[in-house]
Amino acid sequence: MPKVTFPRMGESYRAFRMLMNDLGNEVIIPPRPNKKTLDFGVRYSPEFACLPLKILTGTYVETCMSGAELIITSGGSGPCRAGLYGQLHKKILNSIGFPVDIIVFEAPKSHPIDFLRKVKRVNSSRLSYLAIWECVKRGWEKLKYLDDLEKTTHALRPRELKKGSTTKVYREVLEWIDGAYAMKEIHEAGKEALNTLKLVPHDTRRAVLRVGIVGEIYVLLEPASNLEIEETLGNLGVEVHRSMFLTGWTRDNTVKETSGILSVKEAAMPYIPLCIGGHGRESVGHTILYARDGFDGVIQMAPFTCIPEIVARTILTRVSREHNIPVLTFFLDEQTGKAGMSTRLEAFVDLIRRKKNAPVSDNRIIVG
Amino acid sequence: MKAYMGIDVGSVSTNIAVLSHAGEILADLYIRTRGRPLEAILAGLTEIAGLLPAEVEICGCGSTGSGRYLAGVMIGADVIKNEITAHAVAASIYVPDVQTVLEIGGQDSKIIIMRNGIVTDFAMNTVCAAGTGSFLDQQASRLNIPIADFGELALSSSAPVRIAGRCTVFAESDMIHKQQMGHKLTDIINGLCEALVRNYLNNVGKGKEILSPVVFQGGVAANAGIKAAFERALGLPIIIPRHFGVMGAIGAAQLAREEVEKTGQTLFKGFKIAGLPYRTGSFECGGCPNNCEIAEIYEEDRVIGRWGARCQRWDVL
Repeated sequence: MPKVTFPRMGESYRAFRMLMNDLGNEVIIPPRPNKKTLDFGVRYSPEFACLPLKILTGTYVETCMSGAELIITSGGSGPCRAGLYGQLHKKILNSIGFPVDIIVFEAPKSHPIDFLRKVKRVNSSRLSYLAIWECVKRGWEKLKYLDDLEKTTHALRPRELKKGSTTKVYREVLEWIDGAYAMKEIHEAGKEALNTLKLVPHDTRRAVLRVGIVGEIYVLLEPASNLEIEETLGNLGVEVHRSMFLTGWTRDNTVKETSGILSVKEAAMPYIPLCIGGHGRESVGHTILYARDGFDGVIQMAPFTCIPEIVARTILTRVSREHNIPVLTFFLDEQTGKAGMSTRLEAFVDLIRRKKNAPVSDNRIIVG
Repeated sequence: MKAYMGIDVGSVSTNIAVLSHAGEILADLYIRTRGRPLEAILAGLTEIAGLLPAEVEICGCGSTGSGRYLAGVMIGADVIKNEITAHAVAASIYVPDVQTVLEIGGQDSKIIIMRNGIVTDFAMNTVCAAGTGSFLDQQASRLNIPIADFGELALSSSAPVRIAGRCTVFAESDMIHKQQMGHKLTDIINGLCEALVRNYLNNVGKGKEILSPVVFQGGVAANAGIKAAFERALGLPIIIPRHFGVMGAIGAAQLAREEVEKTGQTLFKGFKIAGLPYRTGSFECGGCPNNCEIAEIYEEDRVIGRWGARCQRWDVL
């Protein structure tokens, strides 16, 4: 059985592991990014590359050491370096003595033939297309439950009665999803997990602040790369709404764009009328939608040196002023010290709390 | 006499201020942290206790700065607050209608925008130290000039010399180039002040609406050259409060006072703690793949605080 691995993005590995097993592969589970990952990543990546590339290099080195032979990843769209990372990673890994191959899945809507050819390569059990479709559906269902669970923690954490209880229960119920296999089991485990999580004692009437999170997909989805910002905010009494989840992103990039992403692009239109690569346009669009939905603030997360997010950041200053929503930007790199981030987050939360509680300011425009 | 104490443990300096109930400064202190916050806090407490009149009773204390948690558990702080809020509170004590606070400290710089006494926007330098005091310090020692003379030298400049300001590496190489070409030292120093201000306004102050009154505080406010460069760049008068170097501590003291008025009692352990043995230690937790680096502080033989964990495992109860 070929030994395969893939990038780690939050809890999504639980769904991918099942899918890859079903197709007849042995899966080397990518470890949660840790100090060793960063050490390898920094050592073997170009110095000027961004944090996602370095973390992935580190992850691949770790999984290659455990015997991985094939890496499966996704490509990028638009003018962003990440689109070339698969090929670059292969060169790096080969040059340091790991004879691995990398399969880069590009968006099937633009590369359908290439997509099917690659599906065939990872189909080690020689399943029929219909059987593969069944496996994909189960993996997808798991992924949806994983995303739903995570969303639930965002709402619960700022309202929990005992600090840390949400995270504790969340860790437990994730394992239930892991254990489910047949479609019926997945549904049962998923529903049970959601119900159990919602039983965490919490105060539904507590007034919490709502903050939207925008930025580059990897640093958004992998908590180890963003110093667990969502958990930190939750503990500060903030309900986090993340603009991107893997299920949503996949929907937009496989068959047809959803109405959600179309309205994001429309909102961003006056500021960024075209794709500038990465998620620059989405960061601006989501910020505007958050402002319209009455959110108290927006936090942008960007890997250091990420061009699309640098462009977005510059524009967000204007968006913040014109749409009257505070925006805070974090550039993430290999630092693990949390002090700088905590200071800024605490100050930001102070700011939006005071803004919310202040009487209606005199700069309100009266439309008559 | 009732008084409130604030302590600001920064990367470069540790500052303490004691405010009377009427809001006057009874004593203040600015000492170097030298990378050893614990010792700086203890030394600072001993020194400030000596400066205070005997009848002063500390009825509340607060901590701020990057070492605020450490200081907080050591002294028994009533409030532990981030530097942005502390600086904003302190600025509005002296200039109640302040609309802009420029703060440049040892290793960070920030801008705080206030309207009607409320912080409406702020920014801190993100990834670069080019606009901060440490760099000025380093250049002063390279040129063998006491940092205290830097500002006056800049003011005596007669011809402008342009120094690159985006990055300390560019700035230093530009300064060396200009010095070897024979430019006067005063002109180079003035050029550096302008570069620092330019970098600050383009980076930290980017897109912010800077309105008068503008208050400039933090250690770098001692530098008259920087103040003049700000006035030239903004076309606005710059106010430097008398206790510009300890504003964070003053803000923390004020916040402690507000907190104690709510709770009715202080958690302050008293100046006697300066005589207790403290030590810190660290270890790597192997409980999960996070491998968190846990730092802890002991008072006598008891752990009073731990940091760095991503879960509750090491919480001190």
